[in-house]
Amino acid sequence: MASLQRDTETGSGAAGLGLSRFVPFGAPAPRTALLDRQPGALATFFSHPLTLRVLSVAAFCLLWEAVARIPISFAFPTFGETMVALWAMITDFSLFHAFGITLQPLVIGLLISALLGVALGVAMGLVGWVQWLATPVFIVAQAAPLAALIPLIIFAYGIGLTAKTLVVCIMAMPVIVLNSYVAVGHAPVSLVEMGRSFLGSRRQVITRIILPAASPVIFAGLRLGSAAAFVGAILAELLITPVGIGDLITYSRSVADYPSMYAAILSIIVVSVLFIEFLELIEVTVFRPEKRARR
Amino acid sequence: MVVLGYRVPMLASLLVWAALWEVLGQLQVSFLLPPLSSVLVAMVQIAPTPIFLSALWVTAYAFVIGNVISIAIGVPLGILMGRSMIADRIFLPWVNLFLSAPLTALVPVIMVLFGLGQTTIILTVVLFAMWIIVLDTRAGVRGIAPSLVEMAESFGASRWQAFRRIYFWAALPEILAGVRLGVIRSVKGVIIGQLLVTIVGFGALFQAYGSRFEMDDFWAALVILFAFAFLLAEGLAWLERRVDYYAASRA
Amino acid sequence: MTIHANPPAAPATATDAVVEVRNVSKVYAGGIQALDSVSIDFPRGQLTSLLGPSGCGKTTLLKIIAGLLPATSGAVLVNGTPVSGPGPGRAFVFQDFALMPWATVIGNVAFGLELRGVGRAERENTARHYIAEVGLSGFEKKYPHELSGGMRQRVGLARALAVKADVLLMDEPFSAVDEQTRRKFQEDLLKLREVENKTFVFVTHSIEEAVYVSDRIVLLSAGPGRVSQVIVPDIPRGDDVDAIRRHPVYLDTVDTIWRGLKRYLD
Repeated sequence: MASLQRDTETGSGAAGLGLSRFVPFGAPAPRTALLDRQPGALATFFSHPLTLRVLSVAAFCLLWEAVARIPISFAFPTFGETMVALWAMITDFSLFHAFGITLQPLVIGLLISALLGVALGVAMGLVGWVQWLATPVFIVAQAAPLAALIPLIIFAYGIGLTAKTLVVCIMAMPVIVLNSYVAVGHAPVSLVEMGRSFLGSRRQVITRIILPAASPVIFAGLRLGSAAAFVGAILAELLITPVGIGDLITYSRSVADYPSMYAAILSIIVVSVLFIEFLELIEVTVFRPEKRARR
Repeated sequence: MVVLGYRVPMLASLLVWAALWEVLGQLQVSFLLPPLSSVLVAMVQIAPTPIFLSALWVTAYAFVIGNVISIAIGVPLGILMGRSMIADRIFLPWVNLFLSAPLTALVPVIMVLFGLGQTTIILTVVLFAMWIIVLDTRAGVRGIAPSLVEMAESFGASRWQAFRRIYFWAALPEILAGVRLGVIRSVKGVIIGQLLVTIVGFGALFQAYGSRFEMDDFWAALVILFAFAFLLAEGLAWLERRVDYYAASRA
Repeated sequence: MTIHANPPAAPATATDAVVEVRNVSKVYAGGIQALDSVSIDFPRGQLTSLLGPSGCGKTTLLKIIAGLLPATSGAVLVNGTPVSGPGPGRAFVFQDFALMPWATVIGNVAFGLELRGVGRAERENTARHYIAEVGLSGFEKKYPHELSGGMRQRVGLARALAVKADVLLMDEPFSAVDEQTRRKFQEDLLKLREVENKTFVFVTHSIEEAVYVSDRIVLLSAGPGRVSQVIVPDIPRGDDVDAIRRHPVYLDTVDTIWRGLKRYLD
């Protein structure tokens, strides 16, 4: 199905930008290289002229501060208040404790999703019957709001670590599988022919040519999967039982401690972005050194 | 896939999964998984019920309004970023950030500020959908071949003429792609919003059916939702293909 | 120059043909016939060009010889053995270079050897030798994206030379670089032939290029591909590579070929 081919999210720029930015489900611009990428969000951030960047962040903080001082809602703390609350949560270790709990289903789920997902996606790309069997499942999965399955998971698995890990898995796996599948399918024909012409066995061609050529898109899928995993983890906590960060958020809200609530939310967003940037760093240093040179 | 020399169509794969579902359901592997046949029956039964129709209406309302807002803000912002280096430098890092950050975490904030009603859900939809629309529009505008721009100028087109006759069409494939992705994300957004708010739309439906363990109805609602999302995605893809014929040969 | 119009199907030459193409036809799925009963001999140690307009099947034929594509009918024999896939006696140079962007120059050049299981020290030595031979000494650790188009193709050439195959198959190797680089390449190819005693099969769409470098030119006509003429330009190739382009035989040959080809281009 043509739409499946185009529907690959390639995340870059902190997951979400792909092949030339965001090919997710579709159109890169220009419509050529599925393998083109833009550097990550933070990287773009810090490679721009410094002044504009610092100004941007500062402007954001000032804007927050200013808007919050307008008494539209008592539930909108200022930037300063939020920072104070954040500092308090860091110093009494409640933040780290919360993350320790939240990150468990997230890391486990992501690990499972990554290993299974990449394997399945690559198999789909290389083995005919696997593709035939798995494609309908993922065509539906990519468009469907998988979060709707969460109530079902609660019924089936209760409210513990298993349920939360499963939530993370179903949120992260589709995009990882699809990216891997498309990545393998888009390995440059010329390179594959070259491998065959120099007497590479099928196994050699797969491991030495197809997989390295596919790795940028696969990694983009992993970054997107991580973003989805974070969403899954947060949803799991807000919907199942609030522990960890979810607990910080809902508890703070229930006692109207809005600075703490905002601080907790800010912290998880920052952590997720840092995590995704970290994945990109691993990719560039370990797998495709020439991209580092390209920067 | 090719079996004994014959191409087996993808549809057959779907039928295999449907058959598997039916079998597992009939074997009562889990009370959570009713057979496909009873789900299909339930689909027909719940579709006309007031509880379902009101959920559909509520969901559709938030969905459509959210998307309209996303497009109304996203496309112009994308065009601005595509044409102005300064706007681009200011906004791009943030757009990238919002695209990948788990904005779901912001839903509690929205709930606190805007209450537990439709406004929150509409805002969630916008949060989910807007950034990819901005990004793809920007890409489309940036991807307009310089030679097209020069051509427009050399033939003396006014700015409005150039935009309407050339630039819009040149960027359209990417804009449509962005809108399609935005719409898909907004489906997820509206459901997530409803799940967190839980007293409207499909979120309420799932809670209602689930708490009464009416698994047939639960799955029926789920299948209808997934089918709708799928059809929407395919419909937009079809629309995108309609303009695809010139996409590859621009410049 | 000697011209054989519509050469007989069975080779009448006395020279030893390292590659023999016998009645090869190729029909693609969908009914498109790329080649129709093509028979050609490629004499050992000579550079034979396949020249023709787009769609005449010259690249298809080259890939069939390489074993990358199966022929629909007919056979290709290399040193008397029928071809069923790629083999150690043939090396391919690609039009778009086909370099692995994630590997260094030396990694790319040594790739063919690596696939054959040659040990690291030995293959790096061999690679270095051929990197020097194509004039890229000092660039071993560079990545393809740091090289110009001409340099990348030289890497491709070095890679094909490194596996020491008897037959070098080159698919429009100089068409993806600019004109000046292309001319330099053509001159370098002549010099390379003095060093490397191999059989070359060279696909090109440029008449000048074919006449400049070849010992034999096989003209293919399009729709479907068939052999229309075999031309043997007898241009003395002395020390002065520039003189070739002014030699009367060169100019006459180019002219003859062009007149012949023009007919096929309506």
